[in-house]
Amino acid sequence: MRYTLALIAVLALLAAGCGGGGSKKSSSGGGGGNSNVKGSVTMIAVWTGAEQAAFQAVLNGFKSKYPSVKVTYQAQKDPASFLSTAVEGGKPPDLAALPAPGIIKGFVGRGLKPLDFAKSTISANYAPGWLNAGTFDGKLYGLFFKGANKSTVWYNVKAFKDAGVTPPKTWDDLLKDAKTLKASGVDAYSIGGSDGWTLTDLFENIYLRQAGPDMYDKLTQHQIKWTDASVKQALTTMAQVIGDANNIPGGTSQALQTDFPTSVTQVFTSPPKAGMVFEGDFVAGVITSSTKAKAKTDFDVFDFPQIGSSSSDAVLGGGDGVVMFKDNPATEALIKYLASSDAQEIWAKRGGYTAPNKNVDPSVYPDAITRAAAQGIAKSGFRFDMSDQMPAAFGSDAEFSDLQNFLKNPKDVNGAAAQLEADAAKAFK
Amino acid sequence: MTSTPISAEPLPGAAAPHSAQQEKRRRTLSALAFVGPAVFFLLVWTVYPTIYTITRSFFGKSGFSSFVGIDNYKTLFSDHVIRTAIKNNFIWVVIVPFAVTFLGLIFAVLTERIRWATAFKVVVFAPLAISLFATGVMWRVMYQKDPSQGAINAAVKAVSDEFSKPGTLTGAQGSSPKLVPAHGGIQLNQTVQPGGTALLGLTAIPAPDVPAGAKQAVHPQPKSGAITGVVWRDFKPGGGTPGKVESQELGLPGVTVVLRDANDKKVQSAKTGADGSFAFDGVGSGSYHVAISKSTFAKGFAGINWLGGSLITLSMIIAYLWASAGFAMVVIGAGLASIPRDTLEAARTDGATEFQVFRRVTVPLLAPVLTVVLVTQVIGILKLFDIVYSIAPGSTINNATLLAYEMYRRSFLQNDFGLGSAVATFILVLVIPILVLRIRDFRREV
Repeated sequence: MRYTLALIAVLALLAAGCGGGGSKKSSSGGGGGNSNVKGSVTMIAVWTGAEQAAFQAVLNGFKSKYPSVKVTYQAQKDPASFLSTAVEGGKPPDLAALPAPGIIKGFVGRGLKPLDFAKSTISANYAPGWLNAGTFDGKLYGLFFKGANKSTVWYNVKAFKDAGVTPPKTWDDLLKDAKTLKASGVDAYSIGGSDGWTLTDLFENIYLRQAGPDMYDKLTQHQIKWTDASVKQALTTMAQVIGDANNIPGGTSQALQTDFPTSVTQVFTSPPKAGMVFEGDFVAGVITSSTKAKAKTDFDVFDFPQIGSSSSDAVLGGGDGVVMFKDNPATEALIKYLASSDAQEIWAKRGGYTAPNKNVDPSVYPDAITRAAAQGIAKSGFRFDMSDQMPAAFGSDAEFSDLQNFLKNPKDVNGAAAQLEADAAKAFK
Repeated sequence: MTSTPISAEPLPGAAAPHSAQQEKRRRTLSALAFVGPAVFFLLVWTVYPTIYTITRSFFGKSGFSSFVGIDNYKTLFSDHVIRTAIKNNFIWVVIVPFAVTFLGLIFAVLTERIRWATAFKVVVFAPLAISLFATGVMWRVMYQKDPSQGAINAAVKAVSDEFSKPGTLTGAQGSSPKLVPAHGGIQLNQTVQPGGTALLGLTAIPAPDVPAGAKQAVHPQPKSGAITGVVWRDFKPGGGTPGKVESQELGLPGVTVVLRDANDKKVQSAKTGADGSFAFDGVGSGSYHVAISKSTFAKGFAGINWLGGSLITLSMIIAYLWASAGFAMVVIGAGLASIPRDTLEAARTDGATEFQVFRRVTVPLLAPVLTVVLVTQVIGILKLFDIVYSIAPGSTINNATLLAYEMYRRSFLQNDFGLGSAVATFILVLVIPILVLRIRDFRREV
């Protein structure tokens, strides 16, 4: 009985809490001019801590333009799960930033409102790859506000110097440098195989360069099969790196247990366990927060090497896309604002941010490394991360385990391609 | 609870003819007042979600607009990952409740007999105070394969290195194709005659691993009646020319070099000097093989792959046992305390050994308590989620998965609430028989 009473008390508190949350009003205002736009907007995204402060600064910029709109931002550790539950329960926030187009697609037809009113602004300010990644069934649903350049390779400056190698420009140079690094006593490649997405990024960087952007778009839409010769060729190329088990710290079995943060830190510890790690511009944040390495003297970055006759425009990236569940002048004003270079420069100045808007002034970036990353994703050859664009059951799950199996057994290119195709076919059904 | 009389006698002064009826109404009202809130909350938080989930499981990804019949249940039994989850759940249910009960029983009996029993109890019970998620995170760190990161492999390494010492140049490789693996070491694939020289260049040696006191390597001078040579780190920045002794390339001192004759029989062995040079003097005519001994390259213990696909379930079970044994010990300990001492005494007086007392008297008397522990564990395991989520790395999650994890993954990670609900319903169906048993027991006790 005592417990029942306690339980009732707790539940009553919970109920009160829910009531409080539900009673928030969100009125929609009308009018055309800035001060005429009234109302309140709720938004969720993954940004916490310093990122939350930076985003709040961006929102303050909005507040000075639209003083009558109240924006309430709430950080969610896992916005996608939070949103699935909120949509399933019928009470989504007005705006949400989601980490992948594949996730956005999952909400199309479940209350998502098209952003076509902002289409002309976005196409004037963004590389076409960004627009395509946010478009589903001919309508624009996602505005990418925060970008990431994933065509970067981070290396230990001292390890490269000791081995006497320079950052490679081509794939062949990369393989040659890797051999030399090994001979110098440092394993070349750090592979974070416990997190499948590091493997999909590596594959996509290779595929985009080797098969070209058109084939890349087709594979993204599953218009060609994963058993296609181009996929097998890319897997064979990938195996030149991940199959070089002797050149990966602890070999394949260790690589399968190495998560992304460890794959970064083990390159920049002293002595280093590996010479380089393939991943996006966000690696810099991991290095500076978890190791003592300093930019340029201890760590540096080079562009993902070109393969064959690939274009140097080919850049892979990702980003957080803002979606809208309620269309009124206030939410539309905020969407347009977030797409503008004014808004994005506020965060770019603070660092730790790569703006997808190509008209953001490069001089606002605090350092050369982020500036270069931002210029990469503004290029016309930019393509959005393929796995992020595919249905989550494949691009964020089955493809991970398929490529992890390929890492385990890099000789079986045909088997890997067949398994990828089987899983992709299931998810695209 | 419902039959508790509020007031057995009519209040003084109440009119007699009305009292029976009034009494009845009051009883009903008070019963409702007591049961009402509980029923309300049960309806809102248990009955409604259950019905919702079961209904939802017959609909597809996009919500109640897409009726799919039993398709989600077909997927449930055809998807190979969910089938692994079902298989793993079966393994867990068969092994773990018995293991937990057995451990708990042993600890409970032990604590009755040892000194410092309270301290022992605290140690065994303490893990229960840690959330299962934290337990998982902790064990995941301890299970790391690299002995420099994982505590368990570090302990194994400390022991194993005592028996097989790792060599001085564990990761080294031959610098040119002329050097081939042989007898566990590295051997020059061309034979050498007396008066000849042997160049044994090694690479893949991290600079800090070069033994202290190493000097610039020197190209060996031929000497009649002897075989001379050098073992050196055949690397300088940029790589240099493999197989050629160049400036900036250091000799490797203290390496054991072995000379074998044409029949692969060991003839001599020598240690290299500070500049990596060695010499076999007084060698008879013939062809010889020169090799670096196996012990130089002997790898230390590389670590057991606790989190790999084949061991992951065992590793998770161990972590779970660590966390749950204390619970079983306390419940069974309470049961033990209530066993009538005179029964045990009687058995002992009749000449039963301690083991016989335990098997024939203690365990049967404890049976109801043991059942409680078993049943609680079975239910706990059917809904076990945190251990999988926190211990299994992404690369082996498909080997480690359990039903409750699949329920989470399908619903929240893959956004397929239909399939997730089907998994949830399946778990419910598995739990029902156990619940029925439990309720029957409960009734008997009341």
